[in-house]
Amino acid sequence: MATTSVMGGSVRRREDPALIQGMGTYVDDLQPTGVLQVAFMRSPVARAKITSLDTSKAKEMPGVAAIYTHEDVAHLGPLLAQVQIGKLRPLLADGEVNHMGEAIAMVVAENRYQAQDAAEAIDVEFDVVKPIIDLKEAASDAAKVHDELDSNILHTWTYHGYWDALGLEDQTPQVDAAMERDDAVVVSLEMKNQRLIPVAIEPRSVMAEYNPGYGRFTVHSSTQVPHALGGAISKTFGMIASDVRVIAPEVGGGFGSKLNVYNDEILAAFAAKDLGRPVKWTETRREAASSTIHGRGWVGTATIVGTKDGEFLGYKLHALADMGAYSQNFTVAIPLLGLWIASGQYKMPVSWTVDCVVTNTMTTDAYRGAGRPEAIYYLERIIDAYAREIGMDPFEVRKKNFWQPDEFPALMGCGFALDSGDYASNVDKLMEKADYAGLLRMRDQARDEGRLVGVGVGSYVEVCGFGPAVLAEIGFSWSEYGLPASFNGSGLVRVNPDATVTVVIGTGPSGQGHETTWAQIVGDGLGIPVDKVRVLHGDTREHPMGIGTFGSRSVAVDGAATYEATLKVREKAAKIAAHLLEASATDIVFENGGAHVAGSPAPRVEWEAIAKAAYQAHTSPEDVESGLEAHTSFSPGNATWPFGSHIALVEVDPDTGNVELLRYVGVDDCGNEINPMIVNGQIHGGIAQGVGQAMFEDAVYDSDGNLLTGSLLDYPLPTAADLPSFELDRTVTPTDVNPMGVKGVGEAGTIGTAHTIVNAVVDALEPLGVKHVDMPLRPKRVWQAIQEARG
Amino acid sequence: MYPRKFDYVAPSSLDEAFEALGDDSKVMAGGMSLIPLMKLRLFSPALVVDIARIPGLDTLDDKGDHITIGALVRHAETAASDLIRSNAAALSTAAALTGDVQVRNRGTTCGTMAHADAVADQPAGALACGAVMIAQSASGTREIPASEFFVDSLTSALNPDEILTSIRIPKSGDGEGSAYDKLGRRGGRSDYAVAGAAAWVKRSNGSITEARVAVTGIGTKPTLAEGVAEALIGTDGSASAVEAAAERALEGVTVLEDLYGSEEYKSHLAKVYAKRAINQALASI
Ligand SMILES: Cc1cc2nc3c(=O)[nH]c(=O)nc-3n(C[C@H](O)[C@H](O)[C@H](O)COP(=O)(O)OP(=O)(O)OC[C@H]3O[C@@H](n4cnc5c(N)ncnc54)[C@H](O)[C@@H]3O)c2cc1C
Repeated sequence: MATTSVMGGSVRRREDPALIQGMGTYVDDLQPTGVLQVAFMRSPVARAKITSLDTSKAKEMPGVAAIYTHEDVAHLGPLLAQVQIGKLRPLLADGEVNHMGEAIAMVVAENRYQAQDAAEAIDVEFDVVKPIIDLKEAASDAAKVHDELDSNILHTWTYHGYWDALGLEDQTPQVDAAMERDDAVVVSLEMKNQRLIPVAIEPRSVMAEYNPGYGRFTVHSSTQVPHALGGAISKTFGMIASDVRVIAPEVGGGFGSKLNVYNDEILAAFAAKDLGRPVKWTETRREAASSTIHGRGWVGTATIVGTKDGEFLGYKLHALADMGAYSQNFTVAIPLLGLWIASGQYKMPVSWTVDCVVTNTMTTDAYRGAGRPEAIYYLERIIDAYAREIGMDPFEVRKKNFWQPDEFPALMGCGFALDSGDYASNVDKLMEKADYAGLLRMRDQARDEGRLVGVGVGSYVEVCGFGPAVLAEIGFSWSEYGLPASFNGSGLVRVNPDATVTVVIGTGPSGQGHETTWAQIVGDGLGIPVDKVRVLHGDTREHPMGIGTFGSRSVAVDGAATYEATLKVREKAAKIAAHLLEASATDIVFENGGAHVAGSPAPRVEWEAIAKAAYQAHTSPEDVESGLEAHTSFSPGNATWPFGSHIALVEVDPDTGNVELLRYVGVDDCGNEINPMIVNGQIHGGIAQGVGQAMFEDAVYDSDGNLLTGSLLDYPLPTAADLPSFELDRTVTPTDVNPMGVKGVGEAGTIGTAHTIVNAVVDALEPLGVKHVDMPLRPKRVWQAIQEARG
Repeated sequence: MYPRKFDYVAPSSLDEAFEALGDDSKVMAGGMSLIPLMKLRLFSPALVVDIARIPGLDTLDDKGDHITIGALVRHAETAASDLIRSNAAALSTAAALTGDVQVRNRGTTCGTMAHADAVADQPAGALACGAVMIAQSASGTREIPASEFFVDSLTSALNPDEILTSIRIPKSGDGEGSAYDKLGRRGGRSDYAVAGAAAWVKRSNGSITEARVAVTGIGTKPTLAEGVAEALIGTDGSASAVEAAAERALEGVTVLEDLYGSEEYKSHLAKVYAKRAINQALASI
């Protein structure tokens, strides 16, 4: 029924004029009268008992309104988390600190400088305890991070046992048996998937206001999940949910780091209520590095077993995943997202174990890809190593083991079914686009000249579009924040009396372009120009129910709901149009801003007339209620499973170990595309972040738990100047999980990239016999690998 | 990242600036290093003396046998100047490879000298090109050779009451050439130097008669590698002679490990970049 004139068009982003010209409104731009500013006094050490904490001198400093410590907020309990495995974060340190940067005291003052001065004047004494930083040491339980927990291993995810109710078969015996086969080739590598700091261009910021007359909070926050924050505040303060309004204005990037409810948000609300004035806090870059969630942080051994001619017989992973000191929103559940794609695009038995380990470091949680880049990295790296071992082209090996197009939906050992895919065609398209054969010839020629040139290939499948309602059974939900137990999407579409359209959605952008994409979905469905459609988001009062933007879910879930709401509105509009045209509703088609009977363009009624008629009872058909709007909720039956393949061309300088990324080519498949330009933008950013992990970024704690990479001076990020122009194309394999056939693309680039780059560098170093180099591939590491290979 | 309280003045003459400067003050030129350090509360001067409005400091002048680079000449201007490129290519390249566009448009060549960061680029160029630093204060003018200017990490030979008003660079003559090359923290030549080297050489009748080579990024300060120059002089500048000379790049340098390189790696890089810089300098003659 949908027309496709706009869907699939690269409509320019309606949000850009404001964002690009610096006219967007962010939380820190808000300056209500009487606003107070916050600075936190944070722990300079990783682990200690607080032996004394004296704020008396600091309280006397100019401009200080209040200083809060644990006793003041103990009654509010620890920070709420959805997955409550491990130790929950106290709002302020409770007699001890467990990671560098943990908030000990909250200073509220007339301005930020005074707040900072007072924070510096707080007297605190520590009895420092040796922290536990190293993952393997922590996992050994030789010493415990939290005395009250049984073990530093908070939880162990296994492939068959993660969800008892599914009654999955343990495939470990199959994998083990395969290893015993005479013709078995077994390749194993221990690899690190290092800890990363998500760097959003806009630091997190929160401003809370409380009106005691109405008994209501209004909280502005730079968050991906305003509804969850609203739920957390109402629960923490024992309020009716509607009395808490959370607004996320422009959100300048999140990448998962703003997919958490934070202690500072709860504390800002507390202080605003306590002091009767608006209270604002914006994190500094240093705080963003030390006290906003980190991502990744795995060390593990991947093993693949296959035949000499490239048939996979099984895959095994045992990894330790760093959870940090406290569990926040989804902390312990993040590896689970990787588990679902443990077998990638391949048909083979899997034995997969990830231990979630607590350490004296900042909490980890979702960072672009969240568990999936880690899982795919181990799998795709070990496949590459295996292909080298048996001397087969890495794409050939992959193609030999892919699920075939006629096998979808493809039920995997983890109990989920891949929705749709044509993996081999995707690889073929990439090989052609990149001139893979030509690249290999060029590499070989360079090798003959003694140069270290490498061609790396990689594939990926990801799981996104969260999610199926059944996930709530294993705690994958937002119910702890008072939201629906399942990850429903929702959308409200209203044709206004003047024939403009208002769309209200429960998910909001942090750069993804929702305002444009949703206008396309609705405008296209109604035959109304996109510039007459306005998309509202990010205000819990406008839209009572919404989960938020994360896990590449917005279009596939909330977009689908909006699409269905559009169809409902259109159906009603057809009845009205039919009434006005004295025709039958089933014959009505919408086109160019109006409606007519199929096959006869005249007479027609414009949307203006339809909308007008809809809102006055005497002009609309008798059996049709007045008004022209619909709200729809959508609960997908499955996740969606986008995929793709990438190729990287690199050259390594043998004297310095410097890696130059010469070309990067990708063919991705996210199902149907609504706005290919926006899809490109998502893939570009994703690849850049994948390159960031592969080559630049590394969050490093020393053995005393000091974060050595606490500023952007020591945490290098890729810039446009460091990257080649990405060469992208797509295959299109629609999904049937939602009515638009879309899959999601927010994380694909990141999930597909890191292993592709490492595979390329290992390929470049192959003549020297190097089998693996851990990320980030900084020159020092690559040089070291070359030295070791040369003996 | 909020600095402690400080006072700020923007004098309109050098004399006014000298009057304002004292033990607990800091000169501010481009502010690219001073402001971040103040925000981190690592520097907390009581007074910031902004020299941006002092007339006459923003020019790059041809003075016959030498060039002067005034205190307000930005990295971008140093990099874009034909005068610098043709007479002090090492400094020109180092300026072009400093930071990003925004940093180059605000930061000053004199400021990066005064800042004396152990991983900065242009100090190596200044050392190799035989620059002289002109330091002025209420009590007069001092001419400090670059070789005596860089004292320690973030410490130059300037006194707190002095302003580096200009840098003097000798013009190059026949048979002279210089070059700078580095490995940056983000790989390639991007970002601060993991290791870098600048070389200036003079060749006559087929042999090297004078040379200065400086290394940066690897120790506590940008340093003249005198052993390399000594080894180079008298040779024909052949690949093997350069290679052998570069082996002495670490003499007099205390190599320090950081997140971007071990002591071993940085030691190795110093030699690699000394060699590259010398070869490029020779090729430019
Ligand atoms: C993002 C970023 C990236 C960077 N990347 C690089 C890089 O790749 N390579 C590199 O070498 N540098 C890099 N830098 C550092 C920068 O180039 C210089 O340190 C900076 O520009 C110094 O010059 P300024 O004019 O900004 O000095 P300021 O910041 O104003 O001052 C720095 C110090 O020098 C003193 N000072 C400045 N001018 C004078 C003067 N005329 N007389 C006496 N004292 C003076 C000040 O008191 C202060 O102590 C980077 C900086 C940033 C912010």
